[in-house]
Amino acid sequence: MRVYARQPVNLTQIRIPRGQVFLIPDRCKGCQMCVEFCPQQVLRMSHEMNARGYHYPEIAPGKENACVHCEFCMMVCPEFAIFTIEVDSA
Amino acid sequence: MKGRGVLTGVHFMHGDHACAEGAIAAGCRFFAGYPITPSTEIAERIAQRFPEVGGVFIQMEDEIASIVAVIGASAAGVRAMTATSGPGFSLMMESVGLAVMMEIPCVIVDVQRGSPSTGLPTLPGQGDVMQARWGSHGDYEIAAYAPWSPQEMFDLTILAFNVADRFRIPVMVMADEVVGHMVERVVIPPEDQIPRWERKRPRYPAGNGFKPFLVEDEDLVPPIVHAGEGYRVHFTGLTHDERGYPDMSAEAHHRLVTRLVEKVRRNASQMIRYDTYALDDAKIAVISYGCTARSARRAVADARRMGIPAGLLRLISLWPFPVDVVRELARQVDVFIVAEMNLGQMICEVERHVCQPVKGVFHAGGAMIPPDPILQAIREVAFHGTRVGGGKASAG
Amino acid sequence: MAHALVAEKHPLDDLIRRDRMPHIWCPGCGIGIVMRCYAQAILESGIPVERHVVVSGIGCTARVPGYMNLDSYHATHGRPVPFAIGLKLAKPELMVTVFSGDGDLAAIGGNHLIHAARRNVDIKIICINNFNYGMTGGQVGPTTPLGAKTTTTPYGNPEHPFNLPYLMAAAGAVFVSRWTALHVRQIKEDILYSFRKPGFTFVEVLAPCPVGFGRPNDIEDGVEEMRIYRRRSRLVYRVPDEMPWEALEVDLREERPIYVGRFVDREREVFQPVRLRS
Repeated sequence: MRVYARQPVNLTQIRIPRGQVFLIPDRCKGCQMCVEFCPQQVLRMSHEMNARGYHYPEIAPGKENACVHCEFCMMVCPEFAIFTIEVDSA
Repeated sequence: MKGRGVLTGVHFMHGDHACAEGAIAAGCRFFAGYPITPSTEIAERIAQRFPEVGGVFIQMEDEIASIVAVIGASAAGVRAMTATSGPGFSLMMESVGLAVMMEIPCVIVDVQRGSPSTGLPTLPGQGDVMQARWGSHGDYEIAAYAPWSPQEMFDLTILAFNVADRFRIPVMVMADEVVGHMVERVVIPPEDQIPRWERKRPRYPAGNGFKPFLVEDEDLVPPIVHAGEGYRVHFTGLTHDERGYPDMSAEAHHRLVTRLVEKVRRNASQMIRYDTYALDDAKIAVISYGCTARSARRAVADARRMGIPAGLLRLISLWPFPVDVVRELARQVDVFIVAEMNLGQMICEVERHVCQPVKGVFHAGGAMIPPDPILQAIREVAFHGTRVGGGKASAG
Repeated sequence: MAHALVAEKHPLDDLIRRDRMPHIWCPGCGIGIVMRCYAQAILESGIPVERHVVVSGIGCTARVPGYMNLDSYHATHGRPVPFAIGLKLAKPELMVTVFSGDGDLAAIGGNHLIHAARRNVDIKIICINNFNYGMTGGQVGPTTPLGAKTTTTPYGNPEHPFNLPYLMAAAGAVFVSRWTALHVRQIKEDILYSFRKPGFTFVEVLAPCPVGFGRPNDIEDGVEEMRIYRRRSRLVYRVPDEMPWEALEVDLREERPIYVGRFVDREREVFQPVRLRS
């Protein structure tokens, strides 16, 4: 019978994942969904513009290691223009 | 009892039933329809027989759903058909265009009744023949056959599937209530004698670079790819390029629509069917089709007995229209008579090609045109010996 | 990481026609989000991609099949459901999904929608509800709230809208769920669930249409509407026990709950063409 009682988290083993953000700038239409809904506020709109004149996101200052690879930016992006890949957090 | 697909033998069969048996014999295994007099018996026969031969029958909520389901089934690789009458035929017109644009073969049987509108549900008419040709919007071509007997309800339904599959077009069987509801001798040949034209299939396996709508053959027919074969093809009603991707440019549109039209015109000789009676030395040519042609044949026979050189050209394919034989005939005969159960539709096509006045024998529908008015018309033009006057005299 | 890196391919690029990207939907439109959820569900479905087929009618959402790297059919307005029925019944091993919008499915396609639900044909419906006809520039649709502004209701919509989950439940669908475009995990889950649930399944996703519905109804942009979703969404588990069906009606202009969740999950005999057991 599965034990449903909650087990305390073993902090020594648990580690917070880290993510590397990848962009496909030319697909971005500057809708800012990723910026708005990133739980760690990793992103902000950059001054860079793609070929169609849309600003696309960049890593906000001080947030270089804030991404926890939750992939919400990828899931909420309508343009298939952003995703993250887990990187070892050493 | 696993029924036989082809009921080889001699039957005394109802026209609508013969049509259903023709579809089954042709390998049709999907039928979506909606009840409408006088074609309902086709659906009833299919509903009875399909479970025996592993076919899928579904009565849909309306005629639009029926024809669209037929196109969907055909896109999955199954020979598919629907049957209706005037009112349902009108509802199907937009979808005819979809089938043309997606180049998905399908067969639509229209058992015509007194029209327009609700008209005469239980009585014959031939008033949908121009709608068959021009009913959808835009430039396109289709094939349409007019049976004049239960035997032809069987034979022409098979032909319709063959032409549809071979050239990837919608094909119509333009029957009428008389032919659909009469019972007559129908001879069904052995299975191996049922002609079968297969769909052209791709020569390359699925993979990048395969262009589903790229034409590499003279006949302008691209190989068809079905759902679930791994080609991951896009079919759209939008103007599209050779990859099937939407392309909104005027050039792509002109190229595509021209090909879709040329595809039928260039292969028309393989689609055209007609029959002649006493035409070789005729000076008066009667042109007719469907049930009306039965009376025309009798009128021509009677005229011949009176020594009048009349002959009958029976259109079996309304579309493509048999232009060559009519033009040739124009050099031989003095005058044309067109007998049809409407107020003048195919006559326009005849006049367009013979460039001489044509006498019409019309009736708006509800009863077969008997031989007598056609015979009267033949005698009128024969004895006056003069060119027929400008207008179309109606002897109906 | 110092900064974001530019990538060549998106993880789901094999499932979309990447040579056609970027797609045509406006900035802030929610359709792309739901399409991504659909692609992800396909990836996790365990069904070979060759057996997935997507069908649509006409409208903004109906452009989804054109961007999906599947056997895709972009049919006529209002007719994806019968088209899908033809495909499914002719080749039952296909997993046929109809992916279309509120107008295409519930207005011109309404008759087919309710009959397919009644029959419980084994096809999956994903309906993006952005409360207007977006493709043609923002006209009133079958789900446009009473009083809302659109180009064809400049004085406010004089008609009551459909409550799609309620309609689908009444018509006979065996699975009905509704999420907003922000519920990206739940959307993917429910599409996946639909693949594994035989019968007529209906997943409605409320999505921003900043140009067609947002602007005339004072919703600034797509992100603003997504914020509205976040603020007002309420999860409902049992309807009508917890909540009367009528409460599921949505009017984004009012500060009242948007009820989301799985509303129907039941068993009904799935439509099977008659076969004689020889």
